[in-house]
Amino acid sequence: MPRLSARRRRYGEDVIKGVLAVCALISVATTVGIVVALFVPAYEFFREISIVDFLTGKDWSPLFEPAHFGVLPLIAGTLLVTAIASLVAMPFGLGAAIYLSEYASPRLRGFLKPAFETLAGIPTIVFGYFALTFMTPLLRDLGIQVDIFNTLSAGLVMGVMLMPTVASLSEDAMGAVPRDLRDGAYALGSTKVQVATRIVVPAAVSGIVASFVLAISRAVGETMIVLVAMGQQPNLTFDPREAAEAMTAFIAATGAGDVPTGSIEYKTIFAVGATLFVLTLVMNVFAIRLVRKYREVYE
Amino acid sequence: MSRGLKGGLFKGVLLFSLSVGFLMLAALLVTVFRDGLPYLDLTLLTNPPSSDPAIAGARPAIIATLYIGVLLLLFVVPIGVFTAIYLEEYADKRRWYNKLLEINIQNLAAVPSIVYGILGLAFLVRGLGLGRVLLAGAMILTLLVLPTVIIAAREAIRSVPDSIRQGGYALGATQWQVVSRQVLPAAVPGIATGSILALSRAIGETAPLIMIGAVTYISFDPTILGPFTALPIQIYSFLRLPQAEFKLLAAASIIVLLAILLTLNAFAIFIRNRYRKSW
Repeated sequence: MPRLSARRRRYGEDVIKGVLAVCALISVATTVGIVVALFVPAYEFFREISIVDFLTGKDWSPLFEPAHFGVLPLIAGTLLVTAIASLVAMPFGLGAAIYLSEYASPRLRGFLKPAFETLAGIPTIVFGYFALTFMTPLLRDLGIQVDIFNTLSAGLVMGVMLMPTVASLSEDAMGAVPRDLRDGAYALGSTKVQVATRIVVPAAVSGIVASFVLAISRAVGETMIVLVAMGQQPNLTFDPREAAEAMTAFIAATGAGDVPTGSIEYKTIFAVGATLFVLTLVMNVFAIRLVRKYREVYE
Repeated sequence: MSRGLKGGLFKGVLLFSLSVGFLMLAALLVTVFRDGLPYLDLTLLTNPPSSDPAIAGARPAIIATLYIGVLLLLFVVPIGVFTAIYLEEYADKRRWYNKLLEINIQNLAAVPSIVYGILGLAFLVRGLGLGRVLLAGAMILTLLVLPTVIIAAREAIRSVPDSIRQGGYALGATQWQVVSRQVLPAAVPGIATGSILALSRAIGETAPLIMIGAVTYISFDPTILGPFTALPIQIYSFLRLPQAEFKLLAAASIIVLLAILLTLNAFAIFIRNRYRKSW
């Protein structure tokens, strides 16, 4: 058999491969950087403040004397705004996805889907502005007594922002359901509604759940809407009409200020940031696994 | 309930879901233009911010956003494309470290942007001692959108058929010759589209730049190694001021930002349609 490889080793090719690999390492370095940047100061923080007090304390006032470091008010703020956003994004996003996948003609879908996704391309600061100057006055006109800064309008607008995330990913999953399944159901005399709700949605359920989880994860990590429209005062309440503070809003508000490096106030950024990172990471890993699962089943 | 009525009702509910999104989009645009149009003039583009809303503008922020955009492309395109080439053309996908690399990129794409801001604050601003400068902002936004560019570039490279590569090898080309002269040129439209979309995402980002310390009063034109404020940050700063006029200035700045983003996206769609190749 003739030799298929070059007789002389081409060192230039090795150098190029090395350069490419170094570029690929930058994204690994980013992850390592994030973990180190968050967890080293967070560890120092938890040597001064007990992690039990942090996770169970009901009072968050790190910048006042005497300082309290109970993260529950921030977690409650994040949970409440996320719950409201999910109640908007999930049903409407799923409804839009079913329409796009089962009812719209391919031509109409080719136009509607990208148009719907423009919502996802609007900067979050613009949504913050929208919540503050449109949603809050609208709620007041409707007779709902909300504060100027309130969780309800931040959550509603965030839900609008996340609709395309749910719709787009769910539609992808429904599009991957083989045509045979639909045809089989029609052959048995099913109506279009039955095919959509009893065949397509159950078959695409892992993708739909993945889109839900991803939307929740993005709601938890979203900063500008909550910073602008929800407020910056920690508030352990489940009344969405009141102002409160989410974890991300606390990080941004403290990071923007000039807290001295190494102080306990500075370290709170990282303790809250680490909590946020762990929360979103768990959800993302879960969502990525689900997406991979439905792709494997039908491809 | 009859089948026909039920079917019609179901379709109506679905259409309603879809139209909620479009209605909100319309309401958003109407609000922004109603508030912003009266303040959208040359003053906004040429004046620095001021405590007097009549003469306040966003010039330093607009210039900084343009600088950030250029720097970002200079950083993110080579790193993103090289990473994509490595993963698609060179990496042995059965190796554990290459699998890890892929999972890592997928996860990075979903990390909240504020966390990148924390990274920038800890390492670039304070750790490296770069300070609260424009370059640090551009670097952190690069890391933020790098996964987007990598994923887009990989898809573009993957869509080049193997026959092109084999043709090159058959003529005695080395691997890099095949990649650089055959595969990459064919993948340029996909890479360009992905890069422009990443750019438009980065330009609209606010949270990481807040952490870098871009919320400051800047009345002079920014430099790469100087303090800065970007257009989304300027909008945030306007929104924080108590006088109602500044809310309108924020709306006018939003129109400028949306106009930049719309131009970029239209350009991306143009490239995708103009140079789309079917093999």
